[in-house]
Amino acid sequence: MRPRLATLWLDGCSGCHMSLLDLDERLLEIIRDFELVYSPLLDVKEYPNAVDIALVEGAVSTEADRRRIQIVRERTRILVSFGDCAVTGNVPALRNRIGIDAVLAVYETPPTREVPMLLPVFPVHQVVAVDHWLPGCPPSPDAIFEVLRALLEQRAPAPSGVRFGS
Amino acid sequence: MRRIEIDPVTRIEGHARITLQLGDDGRVRDARFHVDQFRGFEKLAVGRPFHEMPGLMARTCGICPISHLVASAKAGDALLAVAIPEPAIRLRRILHLAQILQSHALSFFYLSAPDLLLGMDADPARRNLVGLYDEEPELVRGGIALRAFGQEIIARMAGKRVHPAWVVPGGVATPIDAETRDFLLAGVPGAIATVEQALASFRMRLVGFEAEIQHFANFPSLFLGLVDTNGELEHYEGRLRVIDPTGARIVEGFDPARYQELIAEADEPDSYLKAPYFRAFGFPDGIYRVGPLARLRLVTRCGTPRADAALEIFRGRDASAGQASFLYHEARLIEMLFALERIEELAGHAELLDPDVRAHAGPNRREGIGVAEAPRGTLIHHYRIDADGLVTAVNLIIATGHNALAMNRGVLQVARHFVDGERLQEGMLNRVEAVIRAFDPCLACSTHALGKMPLAIRLFDAQGRVVDELRRSSR
Ligand code: SF4
Repeated sequence: MRPRLATLWLDGCSGCHMSLLDLDERLLEIIRDFELVYSPLLDVKEYPNAVDIALVEGAVSTEADRRRIQIVRERTRILVSFGDCAVTGNVPALRNRIGIDAVLAVYETPPTREVPMLLPVFPVHQVVAVDHWLPGCPPSPDAIFEVLRALLEQRAPAPSGVRFGS
Repeated sequence: MRRIEIDPVTRIEGHARITLQLGDDGRVRDARFHVDQFRGFEKLAVGRPFHEMPGLMARTCGICPISHLVASAKAGDALLAVAIPEPAIRLRRILHLAQILQSHALSFFYLSAPDLLLGMDADPARRNLVGLYDEEPELVRGGIALRAFGQEIIARMAGKRVHPAWVVPGGVATPIDAETRDFLLAGVPGAIATVEQALASFRMRLVGFEAEIQHFANFPSLFLGLVDTNGELEHYEGRLRVIDPTGARIVEGFDPARYQELIAEADEPDSYLKAPYFRAFGFPDGIYRVGPLARLRLVTRCGTPRADAALEIFRGRDASAGQASFLYHEARLIEMLFALERIEELAGHAELLDPDVRAHAGPNRREGIGVAEAPRGTLIHHYRIDADGLVTAVNLIIATGHNALAMNRGVLQVARHFVDGERLQEGMLNRVEAVIRAFDPCLACSTHALGKMPLAIRLFDAQGRVVDELRRSSR
């Protein structure tokens, strides 16, 4: 059976997912070797059960993110913190320095209905347990490919040599 | 009143939800598009050195980072009060067109083609890139190759595909070499052939989308964007033109640095996305659209032969279709042709490899505004700095934001036409999402949004009880 793969974004810029798409033709190998069960590319609304590997882009920055990542953790065997925002909080976490009320001042009247409450920004591993870290802003396609291959072959991924922020 | 929630909207860039309010007869009374996450770059930037801005601001979006890089660096040029060297302008233009190519390829092939080629009512478990690859492998490979070509141009010129730091206030960091130029030139003909095939295939299938053309955000509105001095298609600089629903120019040759005289922004109570509107017409009558469709309606011509030939055919259809947002898809393909033709032309310039690519200066002005036509429309970065070059205030108008009012009206129009609350079907709701896909919103830009997690689509009755529920396959 092919491993069941999920990809999702919390508070990030989609850049890590773009780097995943930057596998180009190798993407076709990924969808051959893994069963993609959840992703922004699919019309699946609910996070499925029994996911083998999840790539999580972005930091936890709203109440909705927090609930979401907890469900992902419960239903996923191997959770990969995907990119610097997930790994360290990176860009979204800049707002911790100034506080939620101060950033909401971009609105004359901030929205109050329907939208989720903002939280102080946390990297993923401070909210749920994380199994692998894939740093980079974004991680390079080669680094992503190596981690996915390694997980497929059930070996430890080779160090990517990625510097934070690069 | 009952309520339907589509959460999250899928196959778009970023996360959003749609809520529909239904009357007792099951007909849709109201529909809203909610963007749930918030980023606040306007505040994050304050206190930081202005020369950090391009690198930081590009992190608003991993899909169109080059547009942010360019608009931000142009605001930086204005702060330095320098005229940047011609060769640098040429290189910035090529880089930006490469990004238009890759971003449009993402929107068309990866996100919308499953609706367009497999059908709005196709099995949701298969209605995606993977399912499309099984049916149309050549088309998917072509889409991948186009996106890859755009991204690879960016990587070769600027050092990496996503978030390079090469565009700087004053120009670009380094000149390019002959090998990079040859790579650009060698790739263009094949890429043009691929786009033309996709365009032909899209046009053949349009007959099956009469209802979508009629009802997907098809209403009178203003259109806004930059055009060059000849009224031709322009993504790097130019003057603002605004046309009314009849096509009459109501604003012409307007300096984009004065955008605040033209555009005001309203806060929405139920979304983190603000709603800009055309100031003179007020809120919400000042509804306007930006992006590929707007640009093709605004320009006198594209300015390159193949794109102009395609534009002519497009215009015939556009005239009979009303003001159909469904045609954003076709407009995107035409802009891809244009980008490729322009890249070829620019890359053939005799002084392309000129090493004079950067003007050096300190901050000489306290205020700078940079504007570009991003893949999704007019993008404005506006900075104020203090005497030390530290940022004191930022305003950003993001392409996707301009379309906020139009997307909301579009969602309502589609929902009213297609959704029958008494007999809910998946394909009805997919159409409500597909109108959003036609606009290709980038919510990572405008903010970064994501829906409340586990909901599928639920119908509530007046007491708030769930009366019907539809879940998409999550195997
Ligand atoms: S790590 Fe970088 S590329 Fe990835 S989401 Fe964060 S800012 Fe974007």
